[in-house]
Amino acid sequence: MKSLASILGPLALAGTIVPPLLFLLQLMDEVPMKWIMLASAILWFVSAPFWLRGGAEPAPAPQDPPSNPT
Amino acid sequence: MNTTAETLAPDEFEREPVPPRALKGPSSFWGMYAGEHTAGTEFMIGPLFIAWGATAFDLIFGLLLGNLLAVLTWRFLTAEIATRHRLTLYYQLEKICGRKLVTLYNLFNGVLFCFLAGAMVTVSATAVGVPFGDIIRMPTFEDTMPTGVMWTLTCVVIGAAMTFVAVRGYGFVARIGHLAAPWLFLVFLACGFVMLGKLGTVNLFELIRPEPDAGGRIGFWGVVCFSWFCNAAMHLGMSDLSVLRFARKPGYGWASAAGMFLGHYIAWISAALLLVYWVRAFDIDPAVGAPPGPMVFDAVGWAGLLCVVIAGWTTANPTIYRAGLAFQGMAPKMSRGTATLIAGSVCTLAGIFPAFAMQLLNFVGLYGTILAPMGAIIAVDHFLGPRVGIRSPAGTTATPFNFAVLLAWLIPVAIALWLVFQHDVQAFFLPLPAWILCGLLYIGFARARQTSTLSTAPRQSR
Repeated sequence: MKSLASILGPLALAGTIVPPLLFLLQLMDEVPMKWIMLASAILWFVSAPFWLRGGAEPAPAPQDPPSNPT
Repeated sequence: MNTTAETLAPDEFEREPVPPRALKGPSSFWGMYAGEHTAGTEFMIGPLFIAWGATAFDLIFGLLLGNLLAVLTWRFLTAEIATRHRLTLYYQLEKICGRKLVTLYNLFNGVLFCFLAGAMVTVSATAVGVPFGDIIRMPTFEDTMPTGVMWTLTCVVIGAAMTFVAVRGYGFVARIGHLAAPWLFLVFLACGFVMLGKLGTVNLFELIRPEPDAGGRIGFWGVVCFSWFCNAAMHLGMSDLSVLRFARKPGYGWASAAGMFLGHYIAWISAALLLVYWVRAFDIDPAVGAPPGPMVFDAVGWAGLLCVVIAGWTTANPTIYRAGLAFQGMAPKMSRGTATLIAGSVCTLAGIFPAFAMQLLNFVGLYGTILAPMGAIIAVDHFLGPRVGIRSPAGTTATPFNFAVLLAWLIPVAIALWLVFQHDVQAFFLPLPAWILCGLLYIGFARARQTSTLSTAPRQSR
């Protein structure tokens, strides 16, 4: 599963940024661009948990101040 | 976003220096900073620059300089102290000014963070409201009060959902935030590409030209100071000691460049282009602006709406959780769940009022002005200490409530608030002057306190 996710994850990121770039270069229309981006978003959230490192993170301790807001 | 401290600062070494075995490599910091600074509020900040009459020069070069100064502050101030002492802000402050004063300071943190989380609820609500069309009246930059019953209901539902998740648990949202970070940044970038495509040119100098009546409310130095100090509480204020104490060497402070130049440069300019396009295409008054949800939906569709909601949610949720912990610190007998519920309620109430999101530039400046000066106490203690005659550096003061520190903090903050509310000085200019004044006052008060202690000690001994 991890090896499949390591292919699908980058593919999803490419599907998020390449269509807008093609739209900028007038090589793709707006409607397909938006649908590919949505499909890529779904693909990303399905594949990223298997591809990216980092498990459940521990809760912050009361001693730590809140972190960055922006 | 808000994942760095949680990932790098597990629930240990809270009251002791981080040992060498627990130090982290540079990639952790570069990755975390890059992800942390792509939040839902970035969708507000970029367009607000346009509304405030920033030019292309202001944005391109002002953000470049301001973000560079922020990175230098992280590198040569925060990272230096963090890697020398390897303690949290809380514990280091506690050693200087006592536990009770730190608890009060953390309460300020908690309240301000509730309001910031409220701004994120507002931003998310503008996205959730898009499918409902005209049923929900979206707020503009000029709105400070709720825009109607449906708007209020939307914010209440979103705020309640965020609070529920924050009460139930923390790990899931932190995990989603971690996973979403690279995708979120690309959606911001995509918005910029699409807007440039629709505007028909990539020449930002041609695109970002404010109307003469925009008034130039922010200008070059305003952009510089905002980008430098929007995270003042983290670098000048030393909140990121909690993160950077895990760095092997101070050079890891350069990792903040990933957050500044991806999130606070590229993402802000991309978000600014959204409003530039709406001004031209839909004849929107830039001073009135447009809510981020519809603008992002127009640019990149449903993926954009998902981005706004996730960026707001993953930032607001840990913020509510942490604000709850701060409230719990004031009333230790209160359960964590109850404290989080209170924080979530305050956050939801703040979210209903668009004022916090629509006045975000000033609010973020105010937040830095109030919290950052406390970092000057640590900086003075670390860099100057005995050289300026302070003989009670961190670790030797046993007082539970150091009034010298309290006065040194409150006086600059009071002056700054007076300037903001009585003289309309923009708050993002004030964190550094307040920080410097706090440091100077601390030196003066601490020395006076020591002198009076010395003069009374012999009499007491007699």
